[in-house]
Amino acid sequence: MKLLIKNGHVIDPANGIDEVTDVYINNGEIAEIGKNDDLAGVEMQIIDADGKIVAPGLVDMHVHLREPGQEYKETIETGTLAAVYGGVTSVACMPNTEPVCDNETVVRFIKERAKETGYANVFPVGAVSKGLEGKFLAEIGDMVFSGAVAITDDGHPVENAALMRRAMQYSDMFDITVISHCEDMSLGEGDMNEGAVASELGLRGISPSAEEVMASRDILLAENLGCRVHIAHISTKGTVELVRQAKKRGVKVTCETCPHYFSLTDEACRGYNTNAKMNPPLRTAEDVLAIKEGLKDGTIDCIVTDHAPHHPDEKQCEFGYAKNGIVGLETSLGLGIKNLVNEGYLTMNQLIEKMSKNPSEILGIAKGTLSVGRSADIVIFDPESEWTVDTSKLHSKSKNSPFDGFRLYGKPEYVIVNGNIVINSGELMK
Amino acid sequence: MKQSLLGLENLTAEQINNILSHASEMKKVVLSDNKKITNLQGKTVVNLFYENSTRTRTSFELAAKYMGANAANITSSGSSVEKGETLIDTAETLNAMGTDILVMRHSMSGAPNVIEPLVDASVINAGDGMHEHPTQALLDMLTMIEHKGHIEGLKVAIIGDVYHSRVVRSNIYGLKKLGAEVTLGGPATLMAKDIDKMGVKTFNNVQEAIIDADVVMALRIQLERQKKGLFPSIREYFKFFGIDESRLKLAKPDAIVMHPGPVNRGVELSSTVIDGDRSVITQQVTSGVAVRMAVMDMLINGGF
Repeated sequence: MKLLIKNGHVIDPANGIDEVTDVYINNGEIAEIGKNDDLAGVEMQIIDADGKIVAPGLVDMHVHLREPGQEYKETIETGTLAAVYGGVTSVACMPNTEPVCDNETVVRFIKERAKETGYANVFPVGAVSKGLEGKFLAEIGDMVFSGAVAITDDGHPVENAALMRRAMQYSDMFDITVISHCEDMSLGEGDMNEGAVASELGLRGISPSAEEVMASRDILLAENLGCRVHIAHISTKGTVELVRQAKKRGVKVTCETCPHYFSLTDEACRGYNTNAKMNPPLRTAEDVLAIKEGLKDGTIDCIVTDHAPHHPDEKQCEFGYAKNGIVGLETSLGLGIKNLVNEGYLTMNQLIEKMSKNPSEILGIAKGTLSVGRSADIVIFDPESEWTVDTSKLHSKSKNSPFDGFRLYGKPEYVIVNGNIVINSGELMK
Repeated sequence: MKQSLLGLENLTAEQINNILSHASEMKKVVLSDNKKITNLQGKTVVNLFYENSTRTRTSFELAAKYMGANAANITSSGSSVEKGETLIDTAETLNAMGTDILVMRHSMSGAPNVIEPLVDASVINAGDGMHEHPTQALLDMLTMIEHKGHIEGLKVAIIGDVYHSRVVRSNIYGLKKLGAEVTLGGPATLMAKDIDKMGVKTFNNVQEAIIDADVVMALRIQLERQKKGLFPSIREYFKFFGIDESRLKLAKPDAIVMHPGPVNRGVELSSTVIDGDRSVITQQVTSGVAVRMAVMDMLINGGF
């Protein structure tokens, strides 16, 4: 199949492209970027991208797809459907499935299911420890050779520093990154951010120290070993500063944040709004500002969603009993445009970089660019067209989002995965 | 439209004053020989208690019965709660049985906020986690008025486990609305971060909190907090934060001593203070029945 995307504003940070031009796709691959008169007369499908951004498909390196084991919340099919509606063409999925993705068999199962049912590319992330129990290393080498792109115990932070150290040493041999969900569990017991709002609502507060203590530890471990570490979903001003200083010292540390950490504060928990309950918790306005500054100065490398689908019964309940997390795949681009680009913290080019190129490089996957010869993963959107989030219409199986009614920008109009148009004029291709 | 009492946060000063003056009338019933009026005749009050409670549950039950209502009690043991039924399902079941007032106590902050929109019954929060306990604060204020004649201008010192206390939050809302000054005292490990943004002063030195107080209110210390390491020992707690006669001297000479109960003798208050002539702890209990009668009456018959 031949496809020409004409007259779009093509942004490809990896290749330094930021101009109005054409993208030519042939046999599922990027064939050429630029105006080519020789193509006149060739029979092909044409997308008129005049006034729109044409960018590499977004790469979300922190997603919970829930399959296998918790298909009542999400499946690989529904999760990747939500992804493509959000312009995300590749996701890295977290290992806290049932059974845990801590061995070759589960990695292969996820890749198989993704091939059969997925709308986007799926890259499994393996566990650091067997059963996420924080005791014994999982078979990391086997997982890497069957397709795992990183390891993490995500929501079950590795409390034992020696185990984390060995995980860094061991995974370094296989050239993959350890992703650390930084939370000192002895400090992490609580419902929301510690502060005036928690004190008023009578909810147990989680101090920023819960995140910062472990971030410090893992930065120091990586520094000592000369290994890589990737700090997951940064939420506090203090962690931004820890990473900033570590990067200055040359530590091989990368990090990510989520749209909710630059879009909302702990005020969103008022009224016992369980859709504002997540881990790490929403912090203060001061933290939100620090996250934006960290994105701006390059301290924070990536924007991920931590897409965490939950069944309504797990959210429509007492705040203290409600599960942590929100869905995010369909709102991440819009929140990035509204709160980062339109507010002047990032250029569109930088936003795209943090949502495609950077996570691809951290994971070592051949995604996030429009390089000639790469399989064509592309998102096309109009950054000035406004749309309203209606959580009841989200394509994820779960609707637990705090952004209902938010007015955002740039809903993806075309999404191309491996050269196939999956979203056409904002709707799924039949 | 039905009304509920989930907390004092959203009540106006006028609403609180109306409840307190109606409660004064109800107190006459409680103290009379014939404790039977008909204001809630034919109505059904269900006490849904997910936490152990003797005094609050009994207080609501008697308040309902004094006004002629049918009253039923459900506690977390021996009910569907034990079988894993969700809060919402339990509340909807009770609602379907024709409940007019659902009195609810729950260990989770905000639990009554979850069910209130889902049931036809009026909901009264009888204590939710660390959030609010509105009828306790109302009975505290009624007792203060009985002794001091007014709330406005009073200095109220509340001492103890502020972090876990729903009593303190409801009292802050109520007392501030009626013009009192509130100071909090207690160990740093039991203080709530930035709670001063609710318009109160906080002290770790209990003496400073008590100085010139008209009312000294001690909060109950859950003894299991010590096991969680929030303070070193009961002995040391009393030494630094307990109210004895010498500390009480820092308050105004006519200051009253209050406690939501049940009291740990020799922990929050010394026995001499508890049994002394400044203590109004048992009067608080009587006020509790009156306040709960007033609230239920006004929720059902208007005037809330």
